[in-house]
Amino acid sequence: MATRQHISHKFDEEVEEVTSNVLSMGGLVLQQVGMAVTALLTRDKALAESVIEGDVKVNTFDVKIDEQCNRIIVMRQPTATDLRLIMAIIKTTNDLERIGDEAKRIARQAIDISARGTIPEQFDSMEQMAERVKDMLNRSLDAFARKNIEEAISVINLDSKVDRDYENLTRQQITHMMEDPRKIPASIDLLWSARSLERIGDRSCNICEYVIYLVKGKDVRHIDIKELEEQLEQ
Amino acid sequence: MKNMMEVQALTFTYKGSSEPSLNNITLPIEKNKVTALIGPSGCGKSTLLRGMNRIHDLYPGHRYDGTINLLNSDAQGYTDILAIKKEAELIRLRQRVGMIFQKPTPFPMTIFENIAYGLKLKGVKKRSDIDDAVEKALRDAALWEEVKDRLSLDARSLSGGQQQRLCIARAIALKPEVILFDEPTSALDPISTLAIEEMISVLREKYSICIVTHNMQQAARISDFTGFMYLGEMIEFDQTDTIFMKPSIKQTEDYISGRFG
Repeated sequence: MATRQHISHKFDEEVEEVTSNVLSMGGLVLQQVGMAVTALLTRDKALAESVIEGDVKVNTFDVKIDEQCNRIIVMRQPTATDLRLIMAIIKTTNDLERIGDEAKRIARQAIDISARGTIPEQFDSMEQMAERVKDMLNRSLDAFARKNIEEAISVINLDSKVDRDYENLTRQQITHMMEDPRKIPASIDLLWSARSLERIGDRSCNICEYVIYLVKGKDVRHIDIKELEEQLEQ
Repeated sequence: MKNMMEVQALTFTYKGSSEPSLNNITLPIEKNKVTALIGPSGCGKSTLLRGMNRIHDLYPGHRYDGTINLLNSDAQGYTDILAIKKEAELIRLRQRVGMIFQKPTPFPMTIFENIAYGLKLKGVKKRSDIDDAVEKALRDAALWEEVKDRLSLDARSLSGGQQQRLCIARAIALKPEVILFDEPTSALDPISTLAIEEMISVLREKYSICIVTHNMQQAARISDFTGFMYLGEMIEFDQTDTIFMKPSIKQTEDYISGRFG
């Protein structure tokens, strides 16, 4: 992607600054998700609490990046790639903030589950799902940082696997709940967390769609992966 | 931060006019900052700018009330430039407070002479001093690389954007403290405009700048402070961010969002 400098160096600096803030925010959110999942799997209440506290930092980034984008729009009147970048940043930030909220939600479930003292079985497939989702988030940030479309598409491709993980986990938990109704509360907590993970996967895909929009100028939201690949070939 | 200039309660009436064109204007020009004046045609922004180096007085008979303070060269105290009477002092004032006009106004001489002319008038005699000053001014105006091999060509052979940068070089060769820009880019194409804007944001490190512009986005891009004027009054003056993101007066908001004016 063209990275020629603007005549106004200040503009370049501002864009660099806001972009690096998005990546810092992404790093923080990724860390929050990782800690929340660990807290859940290891019933670590203290860790879960620190995730809940950490969400404030995510929100601070959200507000700050919005402000910076406002400023750039007002002061620089961005056009073409610059405009798409600012749009992509605003949208990415929004998704990152919501991923942060999902991490907080998982941390809350972790506290509930640890208080209950019982761990629903099948944690293995939860762990696998969590790893996949973290990988998707990590790679979507990477695609954003390097404006890499191939990476973005491969992340979007992974989403169906996460959906399958979620289905499997749901089916397993339903079986447990039918076998032993005393396990229902814990299973429900677990399913809520799985749901959060699944949403994080979706939001990572959103980020990748913004990367494609940014690089190609094509809006590939709301279409399936096959259509997407066809559109990009054109 | 010390203000470089302070316009205080300035009321200005053109010769032969019964109504003042500027009404009780107060405006600080902060040191090493860019202050922009915006407002619809006829609001008085150019009139105000031209008061700031008394260039109105090239034609006598106008009336000033109030004060315009200019920080003394030793940075101790201020002098009211409206009190200046002697022609020689006015000329000295215009060296300290330089001005760039809307249309490039190169003198009909070589590129080199355009800049050397003012220096010679100022009393610089040594050839090597003049050479150095010309090069420095052209470098500061981001024009040196483009013209260094053709300094002896007629200045009018340059493009519009280059001519404007030459005029800026000519002004800064005299080592002004304040530079006033009156619509410096309205006769230029967008890329030359950006080049001038970038230059202004660099010049700010050495000079205090006041710019009148019809282009609101330009004010947003390059200035630190913005004053919105309407019908000879200063409606709102604040940091540029505030003016363009959250102005406190409805009239300002309507103007900058293109609802009137």
